[in-house]
Amino acid sequence: MQAYFSLIGFGPQGWGAQLAWATLMTLSVSVAAFATGTVFGVAGAWAKLSGGPVLRGLADAYTTVLRGIPDLLVIYLFYFGGSALLTRLGTLMGHDGFLGLNGFVVGMLAIGVVSGAYQTEVMRAAYLAIPRGEIEAARAVGMGRALMLRRIVAPRGLRIALPGLGNVWQQVLKESALISVTGMVELLRQIHIAAGSTRLPFDFYATGAALFLLLTTITSLLFRGAERRTQRHERAR
Amino acid sequence: MDLAFLGETLLRLASAIPTTLELAFVSVSIGLALALLLALLRASSVIGAACVRAYVFVFRGSPLLVQIFLIYYGLGQFDAVRESFLWPFLRRPWWCAILALALNTAAYGSEIIRGGLAAVPAGSIEAGRVAGMSRFTLYRRIVLPLALRQALPAYGSEIIIMVKSTSLASIITITELTGTARQIVSDSFRAIEVFVCAGLIYLAINFVLTRAVLLLERTLTPHARGVPR
Repeated sequence: MQAYFSLIGFGPQGWGAQLAWATLMTLSVSVAAFATGTVFGVAGAWAKLSGGPVLRGLADAYTTVLRGIPDLLVIYLFYFGGSALLTRLGTLMGHDGFLGLNGFVVGMLAIGVVSGAYQTEVMRAAYLAIPRGEIEAARAVGMGRALMLRRIVAPRGLRIALPGLGNVWQQVLKESALISVTGMVELLRQIHIAAGSTRLPFDFYATGAALFLLLTTITSLLFRGAERRTQRHERAR
Repeated sequence: MDLAFLGETLLRLASAIPTTLELAFVSVSIGLALALLLALLRASSVIGAACVRAYVFVFRGSPLLVQIFLIYYGLGQFDAVRESFLWPFLRRPWWCAILALALNTAAYGSEIIRGGLAAVPAGSIEAGRVAGMSRFTLYRRIVLPLALRQALPAYGSEIIIMVKSTSLASIITITELTGTARQIVSDSFRAIEVFVCAGLIYLAINFVLTRAVLLLERTLTPHARGVPR
């Protein structure tokens, strides 16, 4: 037990500093991917709700395709496909040789695009769940579209969407482990390296699972806290 | 557009479809049996419920890829495992992938079935008791059929998720669909075409599965058909 703690601790033999840094990387690439997904989600929900037939069709295709293929394939497509495009572009500009994409950017975009498909559905459902009377009331007092979005639709919809967004976040956090295939040193990659160099794979993969559990648990508590806060008025009744 | 290359790629990818389907089918079957056991255990006693809750927490809270690595690389660390009768299985990537996928889907599945069990109307159970059914008969004839029917739509999405998850097996050297796609890419350096083709195949598989689940749902709910809307 002592040996284990000095192994993952911050001492001279320990992997603590690397693991802490890698955990931070996992967290930041997940936040970046989730934020990218929110942009896609807002655009997708808007296209589905008030776009014309073309936009709606595009948004439908987007959510169907990205929810129907493995995330790993999307990451490969962005990583290898993106690098291939970049290299071709480089050759056109006179640069010789291979140009690679950064693992962080690939992860952020690939997982962001996938989570955007799920966020589209969450936000669309949340908008439809806003009581129509409130939107009519806002129109009746003469609010413009922007004001109505800011005062009524966004706060009301966000509150309804929060549990669903929490689920998408958990998914993003867990999928972020897949970015390790690009060689970017996030939590799983660091665990893989440590397991290989110490020849103690079980200790390290179990530690990795525990660190991911810690991340999912803490962030799900945060989301639950936010949910409770936005629903204060409903409990008071 | 190089049609000859696309055709050849599709053919090579198609030859990997059975591996993907087999991975998904075997792990979903084992996972479903395990999920049923877990759900029943959770309903049976306080200690059982606590154990199942812990199991579900661990397997739903950590990434599947970590679970796969823990089983594939991690278990071999122990001499006891390497000398046991299980080692011929656990040293093979195939069985490690199956084990990880099955344990993972069992956690999600047990929650889905628990929801189904909770939705069985108390009146149906009482009626079964009044008719003098034993606990076993009650479960076989009333509780499980009603619960599984209730759980089917959610379980359908779980099966789709599992088909997608089988792609992770490629990381531990199994040449299923995604693994084959990677091989073709490393031979041909044409990442976009190949991965798009693989994506189309996954989409087609999932489309067929969605339809099949929908059909099963309709067959299992004959009473809901023909109701005027």
